[in-house]
Amino acid sequence: MIIGERKKLEDIYARVKDLKKVLVAGCNGCVAICYAGGEKEVGLLATELRIMAKKDGKPLEVSELTHVRQCEHEFAEAARAAVENADAVICLGCGEGVQIMAEHFPAKVFLPGINTTFIGSPDKQGVWSEKCAACGNCILDRTGGVCPIARCSKSLLNGPCGGSHDGKCEVRDDLPCAWQLIYDRLKALNRLEELDQIWEPKDWRTSRDGGARRIVREDMVVKENPT
Amino acid sequence: MAEATGAPAAAAPKPAGAPAPKAAPTPRPPVEGPPKTPTAGWEPEIVAFCCTFCAYTAADLAGSQRTTYPTNVKIVKLLCTGKLDPLYMLKAFESGADGVYVAGCLEGSCHFETGNLRAKAQVERVKKMLEEMGIDPARAEMFNLSSAMGTRFAEIAREFTDRIRKLGPSPVPKRGVGL
Repeated sequence: MIIGERKKLEDIYARVKDLKKVLVAGCNGCVAICYAGGEKEVGLLATELRIMAKKDGKPLEVSELTHVRQCEHEFAEAARAAVENADAVICLGCGEGVQIMAEHFPAKVFLPGINTTFIGSPDKQGVWSEKCAACGNCILDRTGGVCPIARCSKSLLNGPCGGSHDGKCEVRDDLPCAWQLIYDRLKALNRLEELDQIWEPKDWRTSRDGGARRIVREDMVVKENPT
Repeated sequence: MAEATGAPAAAAPKPAGAPAPKAAPTPRPPVEGPPKTPTAGWEPEIVAFCCTFCAYTAADLAGSQRTTYPTNVKIVKLLCTGKLDPLYMLKAFESGADGVYVAGCLEGSCHFETGNLRAKAQVERVKKMLEEMGIDPARAEMFNLSSAMGTRFAEIAREFTDRIRKLGPSPVPKRGVGL
């Protein structure tokens, strides 16, 4: 899922303090799971903004709304009345959510309230780590289910490098060496021979090559004039 | 070769590629500034979130013992302080509370094992939020006591009320009359 972190209150407040009506729009999808933009975080941010405005004597009205998913136009429409009533909308969705809202309501100002950080998973309560780099050409079958693109600091395809010590990466003490994980996992699976295979160079054209990526599924596209 | 006499080491030219000295951290701006002069007759409004198994029962005991504590403290009963949501505390501040505290069981004695430890972490979080908002984090606090500590409950209420009295009125104006 997409992991994000809420921006600093002072940065958000600086953008809205001189407005009259602001909507805080959250998302109950990924960012709710990482405690960055769900219904509770919407309530907290809206209350913090109201307290700041009262403290500064500003006539700022803050309303709240949380989408089922902010990343789809279908759900954006449900927020129309609240959005149209606001001077600006602080989106507590990921970067995609902010853009969908901005596309859906072109006449409104949308402000990101979250820094979208990575595709990852919760390791335990309160801790998340990056797991996927969305390179578009998955090799997890060869690496024992551990992604070296996202989890090796150098995205090596033939690790570990000399910076691996006691299973940790030299970049940070709390960062496991992805290639140590791959080796351990393949050994446990009795599949170490995977590492003896010569791989063809990875096709990076599916990654950040050629601008923003797009997938078209002809079988799923609804034709406007089928006849 | 003459020895260096009194020349400070810092005066020596830095070797190329030496890391730049770390910039001194910028001092934090004063959180609230000096306490506001309270208007005549001002009394602190304090909200206390109390666990039903300890602090709430201790408050009951304080009453049975005829122990007095400041009437500034308004109690909200929680079935366990583990239920405490930072939003509860923020809402109290938004509504004009001058101070908010949470009173849970002694550490290691939570009826649900770790509810009070969870509350402790949430109070720390609220303190950070208050600081970000320019409100003195001392206006929020966590206390621990058992249900047998009626006298301690009254003491906590007095200590905290005195603390808020020194800090003065909250910088957040009150909404309406009272809370």
